[in-house]
Amino acid sequence: MSARKVLALLSGSGLGAWAVPQAAYARYPWEFPTPVTPIAKETLWVHNIFLGFISIVFVVVLSVMLYSLFFHRKSRGVKPANFTAPRTKLQFALSIIPFLILAFVDYVVMGIPAYHAVLASANTRSGAKMVVKVTGMQWKWQYQYPGLHIKYYSTISTPQAQIHDLARKNPHFLRQVNHPLVLPVNEKIRVILMSKDVIHSWWVPAFGVKEDSIPGFLRETWLKIDKPGVYRGQCAELCGVGHAFMPVVVDAVSDDQFKQWVGQEQARERAQKAEEAAATSVTYTEAQLVARGQKVFTGNCAACHQPSGMGIPGTFPPISAGHPFSAAPAMIAKLRSRGFITPAGRIVEGPVANHIGIVLDGIAGTPMPAFGSSLSNLDIASVITFERNSFGNHTGDVIQPAQVQAARAAAQKP
Amino acid sequence: MNAAHAHDAHHDEHPRGISRWLFTTNHKDIGRLYIGFSVIMFLVGGVLAMLIRTELLRPTLMIPPEIYNQIITVHGLVMVFAAVMPATTGLANYLIPMMIGAPDMALPRLNNWGFWLLPPAALLLVMPFFLMLFGIGNGAIDTGWTMYAPLSVQGGMGVDFAIFAIYLMAMSSLLSSINVIVTIFNMRAPGMSMMKMPVFVWSWLITAFLLIAVFPPLVAGVTMLFADRHFGTHFFNAAGGGDPVLWEHLFWFFGHPEVYILLLPTAGILPHILSTFSRKPIYGYKAQVYSFWAIGALSVVVWAHHMFTSGMPVGAQLYFMYSTMAISIPVAILFFCWFATIWQGSMTFETPMLFALGYIVLFGVGGLTGLVLSDAVADQQYHNSYFLVAHFHYALFGGPVMGIIAATYYYLPKITGRMFNETVGKWHFWQTMVGFNLTFIPQFFLGIAGMPRRIPDYALQFAHLNMLSSIGAYILGSAQLLLVYNLIQVMRGVGKKATAQVWEGARGLEFTVPSPPPYHTFETQPVVQ
Repeated sequence: MSARKVLALLSGSGLGAWAVPQAAYARYPWEFPTPVTPIAKETLWVHNIFLGFISIVFVVVLSVMLYSLFFHRKSRGVKPANFTAPRTKLQFALSIIPFLILAFVDYVVMGIPAYHAVLASANTRSGAKMVVKVTGMQWKWQYQYPGLHIKYYSTISTPQAQIHDLARKNPHFLRQVNHPLVLPVNEKIRVILMSKDVIHSWWVPAFGVKEDSIPGFLRETWLKIDKPGVYRGQCAELCGVGHAFMPVVVDAVSDDQFKQWVGQEQARERAQKAEEAAATSVTYTEAQLVARGQKVFTGNCAACHQPSGMGIPGTFPPISAGHPFSAAPAMIAKLRSRGFITPAGRIVEGPVANHIGIVLDGIAGTPMPAFGSSLSNLDIASVITFERNSFGNHTGDVIQPAQVQAARAAAQKP
Repeated sequence: MNAAHAHDAHHDEHPRGISRWLFTTNHKDIGRLYIGFSVIMFLVGGVLAMLIRTELLRPTLMIPPEIYNQIITVHGLVMVFAAVMPATTGLANYLIPMMIGAPDMALPRLNNWGFWLLPPAALLLVMPFFLMLFGIGNGAIDTGWTMYAPLSVQGGMGVDFAIFAIYLMAMSSLLSSINVIVTIFNMRAPGMSMMKMPVFVWSWLITAFLLIAVFPPLVAGVTMLFADRHFGTHFFNAAGGGDPVLWEHLFWFFGHPEVYILLLPTAGILPHILSTFSRKPIYGYKAQVYSFWAIGALSVVVWAHHMFTSGMPVGAQLYFMYSTMAISIPVAILFFCWFATIWQGSMTFETPMLFALGYIVLFGVGGLTGLVLSDAVADQQYHNSYFLVAHFHYALFGGPVMGIIAATYYYLPKITGRMFNETVGKWHFWQTMVGFNLTFIPQFFLGIAGMPRRIPDYALQFAHLNMLSSIGAYILGSAQLLLVYNLIQVMRGVGKKATAQVWEGARGLEFTVPSPPPYHTFETQPVVQ
C-alpha cells in the first residue's frame, strides 16, 4: 500500500477529522460541558465529588487486591489460612467499618446534595419569568412562546451530503438547525415539554437538563442560563430512524437582544401570515414552486422519503413513480385506496386531490404525519409541485396555494 | 463404587444422534444444550456488536439508520435473553444436581421442554432480518431492547416477532425456575441443610424466585402492547386514556431485577472459583447468602431509577434514589467476602481464576458507576448517554459474561474430561481485558461529553473516542474466538485427561465424581456430614 493510500485511509477513517473539532472546540472532547445553569452547576459538583469518591474506592480496593495477588501466592510458598469469618469481636467490628463509610457516603455525602438538587430541579414555577413550550415530533422540535405569539419548527440543517461523506463536514455537523431556540440569559424560564407522536427527550448537556417529552402528557423543567452563547444538544430517547438527526440548539442572548429578536420574529411571522394570505390569490410559476418545494422537501420530507426520493424499502414509500414498494398490508391498503400504488406493488403518481390530502392530514395508522398545521398553503403547494415534477416524475401538474386553501376549507365543512 | 457403576451401566444407554438431544431428560445433556446454545447466540450477538462499532468507527452513515436500530435492538435482546440467561440456566442444570447430590433435576421432562422453547425464540428474534432480505416485512424489531411505547406500537412486524420470542423465552425461564426451586427444596442429599448448600445453589434459588416474580409483568406488558398494535386497545395511547409511561413501569419492573437475574448466578459461582485457586475455604458464607436475599428483595423495589427523566414527582424520585443506594451495601458485602476469600490464600492463576479476578475488577467499575447513576438529578446528565452504555456493559459483561467464561473454564475439564489449552486461555483473558477496557472506558467520556446512545451518526467532537472504542471492540470480539478454539479442542478430545478433582484446591460433591461424569450420578445419594 502506498503512503498516499495509507494517508487517504487514515484521513477517511476519522483521524483526519482530528483537526476540525480541535479548532472548533479548543477543549478536550472528554471535558464535562461547562455548566451554565444552577442545576447543571449543582449536578457537576455532585458528579465531581462522586467520581472522586468512586475513584478513591476503586484505587484503594484494587491496591488491597493487588497486594494480596502479589504476596498470597503459591509460588511464594504461602501456606493458606483457613478462616471463614471474623474470628474476634474486634475483627467483626473492623469489618463493619467499610459498610458504615459506604452508608455515610450514600446517604450523607451524596444523599444530602442530591436531595437539594431534586427539590431545586422540581421547582419550575416560582420566579419563572417566561414559559417556553417544546414539542417533540418525528424528527424535529417545535418551539412556542405562548405569551409572545411566536411559534416555529426547528429542524436539522446539516446537508445530507455531509452525512453521507460527500462533502466536508461542518464543525457543528449534526448539531445545527435552521431555527434555534432563542432565550434570554439570567432569567428563569419554565420549559414545558410535549410530544406529538412517540417519546423524545430534550437534552442540552450544558444546562444539566434532560427531560422526556411524552405524547399526551405535559412534563416540565426550568433553565436560568447565566452566560450568552450557543448551546447544543440533541434528542436522547430513541424515537425512530431520525433519532440521531433532531438536534437541540439554544441561542442564549442578552435581554436587549432577546427583545429585538422577539420584534423581528413577530414581524417575520406577520409577514409570513400576510404572504400566506396573499399566496392564495397569486398564481405562481412551476419554476418558483419547484424551487421553494425543494427546500420544503429537504426540511420536512427527506428524513423518511430520502433526498433521492427513493424512500426506505419496507418502511417509507418512494416518491419516485414506477418503483416497487412493499410494506405492512395496512399501509399498502391505505396507499392503494388513495391511488398511489398499483396492484403489482408499484408506486404511481396518484390524483392531485389525494396528494394534497395526504400532506395536509397525513395517513392515520402509518408514520406519515399531518403537515396541515406546520406548513403553509404556499409550502404545501410548492412541495407537491416539486414532488410531482422531480425524481423522474413529470406529471407537469402545477399546484397553486389556492387549491390547498380550497382543500382545507373543504375539510372544515361537516 | 465400581460395583455400583457396573450395576448402573445399563442406565447409561441413551438414543444416539439427534434424538438423544431432542428427547433427552438428562440434566447433564440439557445443561450442555443450554451452554452450546448460549455460545452460538453469544457469537451472534457479538457479530451484531461488531457491526454497531463498525458503524460508529467514524462519523458517517455506512449502515442506514433503520437497519442500525434493528441491530442495536437485536444485539441487546440476544445478549440478555439468548446468551447470558441460557448460559446461567445451563450451569444450573448441569451443576445443581451434582452439587446437592441429587441424581437429576426434579422435573426432567419439563426441563427438556424448557430448553427446546429457546431455539425457536431465538429464531423469531433474528428471522425478520432474513425475511427482509427476501422482501418480506421491514426487518427485525427496531425500538431498542426496552421497546418503549408508543414507538413499539408504531414499529413494523419485527415487534410482533419479538413479542412472541419473549413469550417463549418467558415460558422457558419460568419452567426452568420452577424446576430449580423444586429440585433444591426436595432433592438435597441427606445431611445437606439449606445453610450447607453451595453458594452457587443459593444464588440460583434466589434467581429462580426473581424470575417467577418479574417475568409475568413483562408478559402482561407485551400482551398489552400486542393488543395496542392489533386490536385497537389504548393501554399506552394517551388519546385513548392510556399512558406511555405505564409501559416504562411494566418494563422496568421486570428489567431491573433482570440485571440481578443475570448477575446472581455468576456472583454465586465466583466464591467457588476464588476458593479453589486460593486453596482456602469460602469466606463469609452466611453473609453472602443473606446478601443474595437482600439484593433479591431490593431489586424489585427500585425499578423506576431507570426513569428519572420521565417526569416523576419529587417523592418518587427521592424514594427510588435512596432505595437504589441501599443496594450498594449488600453488593459491597459480596465484594468484601470475595477479597477475604483470597486474602492469605495460596493463590495460583489458572484461566478460570484470571477471569474471576477480572470479574471483580470490571464488575467493580460497573457497580461504582451505578452508584453515581442513582443520583436522580445528576442522572439527567448520564441517562441515555454513552456513560450509561459503558456502565451497563461493565455491569453485564464485567459481571455475568466474565463470570460465565470463568465458570466455563472452571468446569470444562469436569464436563469434557479434558484440560483445555492454558496458554490460549490466558491469551483469551488478557486480550479480553485490554479489548474490553479500550472499548468502554472511552464511552464513559463520550457520555460525559454529551453523546446520546442509539445514534448511528454523531457530532465531530466524539470522533476520536469512538474510533478508540471501535478498535477496542475488534480486539474484544476477536478474543472470543480463542474461547471457541478452546471449546472445539476439548470437544474433539484434545488435551490432557482431567482428574476427578480437576483443580488442586477444588471442593464440592461435583468434584468427587469422575471427569467426565457418568451419564447418571448420585443414584445413591451421598451423605453430607
